[in-house]
Amino acid sequence: MSLLTCKDFLLALNEYLDETEDAALRREVEEHIDECPNCWVVFDTTKKTLQVFKGIQPQDIPEDVHRRLMERLQSRLRHRHGGSKDSESKSKDAKK
Amino acid sequence: MSEPQQRARSNGDLELVSRAQQGDIEAFEKLVMKYEKKIFRLARNITSNQEDAEDVLQETFLKAYSHLGGFQGNSRFYTWLVRIAVNESLMKLRKRKSDRTVSMDEGIDTGEEIVVREVAVWEDDPEQRHSQTELRAILDQAISSLKPALRTVFVLRDIEELSTEETAQLLGLSIPAVKSRLLRARLQLREKLTRFFRRKGDDVFAYL
Repeated sequence: MSLLTCKDFLLALNEYLDETEDAALRREVEEHIDECPNCWVVFDTTKKTLQVFKGIQPQDIPEDVHRRLMERLQSRLRHRHGGSKDSESKSKDAKK
Repeated sequence: MSEPQQRARSNGDLELVSRAQQGDIEAFEKLVMKYEKKIFRLARNITSNQEDAEDVLQETFLKAYSHLGGFQGNSRFYTWLVRIAVNESLMKLRKRKSDRTVSMDEGIDTGEEIVVREVAVWEDDPEQRHSQTELRAILDQAISSLKPALRTVFVLRDIEELSTEETAQLLGLSIPAVKSRLLRARLQLREKLTRFFRRKGDDVFAYL
């Protein structure tokens, strides 16, 4: 008979899902979900929740977001290495 | 990814980083192109706001470039970037909302919030039944409905796959707090996704 209550099962769920090496805990969780259909569903759907999140590929970065990032970087990088004048060096000149 | 693969990839990064440290702009741009997508996703997930995420993206790479000299190479370059991006994202959150829901310290973890309301089996293979676009919309909606304190822990642990210790250190939380928040985040997301993915026509006891 399972020693865990449903509440104990919930508190142990993460460690079980994260593949804890605690063999006794694994066995207790497995015994509990074998006997408790509700907790089996909670276990199964939580596991699937993680699978869906981990399985999805990052969306491509929107073209305009990428372009603005590169423009801002290039302006800063060139400035730093004494390259062509950008808006930052211009504003400095204007203050003189 | 296998360990040798991961090592090879990190070594590739280290070479680019060391060239960038010597002023090779192209090497730095290669690093940007390699990681911009993931950093943008991270920022969107934490801030739940497209505009803020774009700011975070830009600030992260600008800061990374100006602090490149301080990168020691004893952690992965990507992990180092994630640290900067998380800090920038948290600053955005704090700036945008002054209500208490944003505080990382909010909530005493009594365990009382760990509840399960909805129990229903899911349809088979939700990943096959929904397009990537549909799935993304569902996941985005689910994640942005979490409180920032839970959302941030979930993103770092389950999407970025940082360890509990790294997450705790990054967010200034204790290890038990990270664990408790992760459990609440996972269970809340499970409930939210159940609304989309529950097997149609099932009643609650159909699995018996």
